[in-house]
Amino acid sequence: MSVRAIVVLFAITALAWGVERAGAGGFAGLGDSASGFADVVPGKSLSFPEDFGAHPDYRIEWWYVTANLKDADGNAYGVQWTLFRQALSPGPEREGWASQQVWMGHAAVTSAKEHRFAETLARGGIGQAGAKAHPFHAWIDDWSFVSTESANASGLGSTLLTAKGADFSYSLALKTGYAPALQGDNGYSRKSERGQASYYYSQPFFEVSGTLTLSGRSIAVTGQAWMDREWSSQPLAADQKGWDWFSLHLPGGDKLMLFQLRGADGDFYRAGSWIGADGRTSVLDAADIALTPLAQKDVAGRRLPISWKVVVKSRGLSIETKPLNAESWMATIFPYWEGPVRFSGSHAGVGYLEMTGY
Amino acid sequence: MNLATLVVGLAVATALWSGVQALNQQARTSYDRAAAVFGEAGARSIVSASGLFVPQETYVALRRAGWKVSPVLEGTVRIGGVSYRLIGVEPLTVSKGSPVAGLATGADLEGFLQAPGRTLVASETLAELGAVEGARPRTDGAHSLPPLVKADAVAPGLLVVDIGAAQEILGRPGQLTRLVADAADRHEEAHLVGIAGRTLRIEKAEEAGDLARLTDSFHLNLTAFGLLAFIVGLFIVHASIGLAFEQRLATLRTLRAVGAPLWLLLAVLVGEVVLLALVAGALGMIAGYLIAAALLPDVSASLSGLYGAHVGGHLVIEARWWLSGLGMALAGALLASAMSLFKVYRLPLLAVAKPLAWREAQHAQLLRQGVFAVLCLLIALAAFLWGRGLVAGFAVIAGVLLGAALLLPLGLVAVLRLGERQASGALAQWFWADTRQQLSGLSLALMALLLALSANVGVGTMVEGFRKTFTGWLDERLNSEIYFDASSIEDARFIESWLGGEPRVTAVLPVWKAETRIKGWPVDVYGTRDHATYRGHFSLLGHTDDAWDRVRDGGGALISEQLARRMGLALGSVISIPTPDSVWDIPVVGFYPDYGNPKGQVRVNVDHLTRHFRDARRTSYSLRVAPGAAPAVIQRMQAELGAKLARVVDQASLKAMSTRIFERTFAVTGALNTLTLIVSGIALFASLLTLSDLRLTQLAPVWALGVTRRRLADLEIGKLLVLAAITAVLAVPLGLVLAWCLVAIVNVQAFGWRLPFHVFPMQWVVILISALATAFLAAIIPVIRLQRTAPQDLMKVFANER
Repeated sequence: MSVRAIVVLFAITALAWGVERAGAGGFAGLGDSASGFADVVPGKSLSFPEDFGAHPDYRIEWWYVTANLKDADGNAYGVQWTLFRQALSPGPEREGWASQQVWMGHAAVTSAKEHRFAETLARGGIGQAGAKAHPFHAWIDDWSFVSTESANASGLGSTLLTAKGADFSYSLALKTGYAPALQGDNGYSRKSERGQASYYYSQPFFEVSGTLTLSGRSIAVTGQAWMDREWSSQPLAADQKGWDWFSLHLPGGDKLMLFQLRGADGDFYRAGSWIGADGRTSVLDAADIALTPLAQKDVAGRRLPISWKVVVKSRGLSIETKPLNAESWMATIFPYWEGPVRFSGSHAGVGYLEMTGY
Repeated sequence: MNLATLVVGLAVATALWSGVQALNQQARTSYDRAAAVFGEAGARSIVSASGLFVPQETYVALRRAGWKVSPVLEGTVRIGGVSYRLIGVEPLTVSKGSPVAGLATGADLEGFLQAPGRTLVASETLAELGAVEGARPRTDGAHSLPPLVKADAVAPGLLVVDIGAAQEILGRPGQLTRLVADAADRHEEAHLVGIAGRTLRIEKAEEAGDLARLTDSFHLNLTAFGLLAFIVGLFIVHASIGLAFEQRLATLRTLRAVGAPLWLLLAVLVGEVVLLALVAGALGMIAGYLIAAALLPDVSASLSGLYGAHVGGHLVIEARWWLSGLGMALAGALLASAMSLFKVYRLPLLAVAKPLAWREAQHAQLLRQGVFAVLCLLIALAAFLWGRGLVAGFAVIAGVLLGAALLLPLGLVAVLRLGERQASGALAQWFWADTRQQLSGLSLALMALLLALSANVGVGTMVEGFRKTFTGWLDERLNSEIYFDASSIEDARFIESWLGGEPRVTAVLPVWKAETRIKGWPVDVYGTRDHATYRGHFSLLGHTDDAWDRVRDGGGALISEQLARRMGLALGSVISIPTPDSVWDIPVVGFYPDYGNPKGQVRVNVDHLTRHFRDARRTSYSLRVAPGAAPAVIQRMQAELGAKLARVVDQASLKAMSTRIFERTFAVTGALNTLTLIVSGIALFASLLTLSDLRLTQLAPVWALGVTRRRLADLEIGKLLVLAAITAVLAVPLGLVLAWCLVAIVNVQAFGWRLPFHVFPMQWVVILISALATAFLAAIIPVIRLQRTAPQDLMKVFANER
């Protein structure tokens, strides 16, 4: 799920450090200026509920939920809820406005014909945004992702996800009996051949029910959601210019996560994991994964591969993905494409695709 | 020479007009930029209902309830004795349309947010501070500002810093002055009550436009002055164009006689006027810029003193200004030449040049002027009787001035005839008769002088009257020895009880305040306690017999003159004051003067104020102390109360401050006055210069009869001084009429208060002296030229005589 990592990173970094700087030096500034922030090291074991909350010692972090939903008539919808955190400078968090933490929220609702999104920003230190581990609560303004379990429970078994934009809103109950799935090497996820990495775990087994409002209509929906949690201080290589990321709900309850980081000279760094319906995670070998762009389309003035051929040879998976709505463009401060997809071929189902750097 | 006069006249007229326009434009641009800090004009704000601060927790609570609001903390810092408005903003939430929002997508967000932060300033402010980018000026409160960075979207006089830095610099941790709502936010006020009770209110967009509205009358006054100066300048232009055409009439007649078509002649003449107007207009615009630049500091001081509006110290010129200035010059020149062009159009082809034609012409012209003058006076009368508003006030003034100016030659002729009749001896008779003969050439310049002098008398009378009234009123109004503001209501309670233990304090008088709007006009409602201080010294313009008792018992309110005039309230009428919960109806029991206040004011008993306005600002007090004890008490308060005390000031400094504001306000008026006088001097000089060549014909015979050139020169100066003296004497009554119009019509319409009319005879002496000095200075060069005229040139007159 490094894809998101980079979106976030680029978004907040461009925001905070200046587009010129990021533009002139690629992401180079990020690769070498992690000094003072906590390092991501292999072998550290994640622990819950603590790791549901924020990790202010690391430069960047996000809570990322995507949901594939259906209404009573079988119409498909996608929902996105994202909270990003970035520390502008290392060191213990300062109080009040002096806090170096900056928060950003993105939310979207997508149908076959509509795509609505909203963005909001907040300073840390004053309570406008934040994330607590226990009881779990991540929020920015009136958007929240909050545990609805009894006070002594300590997981994400039952949560409520809400957000609101100028012309959409949603309130969804998310339930799961699964423990979080650790990505990479027990939660240590590499992002390049040169050692950039992040801590990364997912919860791809949420069952969803709730309502969303789109263009004034209130719609009851059910479906499944996928949460990604990631934090790092130095996740990018200098020559990586964008990425394509998939989270797919397979038939039979298996989940598939795949990403590729596109290098400046046309090479790729690919990684993925196959999470069985029993909750067990298997890391996929880079050579096992093939991601091939099919149809291209002009969206928001850029040429984007909206359809993909996805192959995982060892698992006998060969599918083609198509977007629910090709115009799922997030025209936020740092823009990207993020929307629900459906796929067919050896396997059929739904999922989410994110593309940046086009 | 005639050409030079024409160009100078037009240039000077354009200069004063365009100078004033540049000042007005500068001020308006500054208001717009100041209003635009938070986004498009018209953005809603949420403010504390009590006028105090909005707690930061309330901001967070509103955000978490979905309100798209951004926190702002405003305050004033002094740097090197100069006040600047400091605004703390939060760039991540500020409305996208605002200049500071650019930071959220721009390059230096991190620098702005992270210590030491940034102070965004206009380049004008940078220059005023005498600092370079990156410098960290220290406030008089010994805080260092974050490093300065130039940002041209920021209004002059404004320091924009991060909200956190602002709280630290202003000493207001956890406090905000307003929450600015995003244009997209559509929450209702009722929703606000659910979150923050009745502690907040939504400030409507129109309230933000108050600054422009309040300052309108000030700018109108400036414009009126500019227009007066422009008209005075046009007199010069009219005179010189008239002369130029007169001199060329013979040539034009010849041209017509040899067959040149009339339209071609007219086209060439109009073309000439247009060309001259453009050249002179351009010169005038440059001079106007210089005048505006010179006056700008005073204008901005006036505006900031009166209305708290900051006008940038660096003049910015727009294309529109150039166009309007040149347009005025062109229109003025065409207007001034219209009569002469008409003369050319009607030129009788076969008429011969008549000697002594001046006499006939003068007679006819005087008659025409007389009719026109009566017309002007009638218009003034009509405007006075039936006109409404500021424009009617100015119409009265314009009609009276123009009518009087046009009547001036008639008046002068009458006085000169009188002189001629009284004169004995040939030379004396010649003196009077020749003065009268000279009149037709000088009358326009003298009219200009009359206007300038009467403007001086009028404005001088008003300003002096205002000064006298104002200082007397300040003495009464500032009747307590010490004034202070506490930092919070809790601090106020503490200070009040602390002062109970200070033996030198004889009374602690609350001056609590609530803000409201009556029919859309901002009104401050003050609550005071019944005390001998008020009963004995607070002067009322009109009141019921039991006014103070009724105020004490809560059965009556005193209201300011402005409020009474604007709302048409009389003694005994009931004033309806909107409160947060309902409307408070209370009878008016007295009026008091409130000079210079652009807002309305109501005074009631303090207990009743707090009953109706539960969130009234309860932090301001005045103190009565034993005679001479004020400095010591202030010192002890500052030492022992520390941060609990937001502000403390003694009566003397408050008076000095008010008087300083007053002086600066009228500094501009004074400067424009002087400039108008100078223009009329130039007009006189120009007329004399153009006449001096023609005069030789009249003077040569007198010289030939044995009067020395020296003596002739003395007589020439004498004539002019006589004319100037008569004009000055006539200017005094006209000036008094003007002053009365200013005091009784314009001031009331513009500001809502009326000044008592005082007369200052000493000023008249000054005016007479300045008139004589102007005439003397204007005459000196032409007369010296006359004195130096070689005898053979005087002889030549006889050779060339027609």
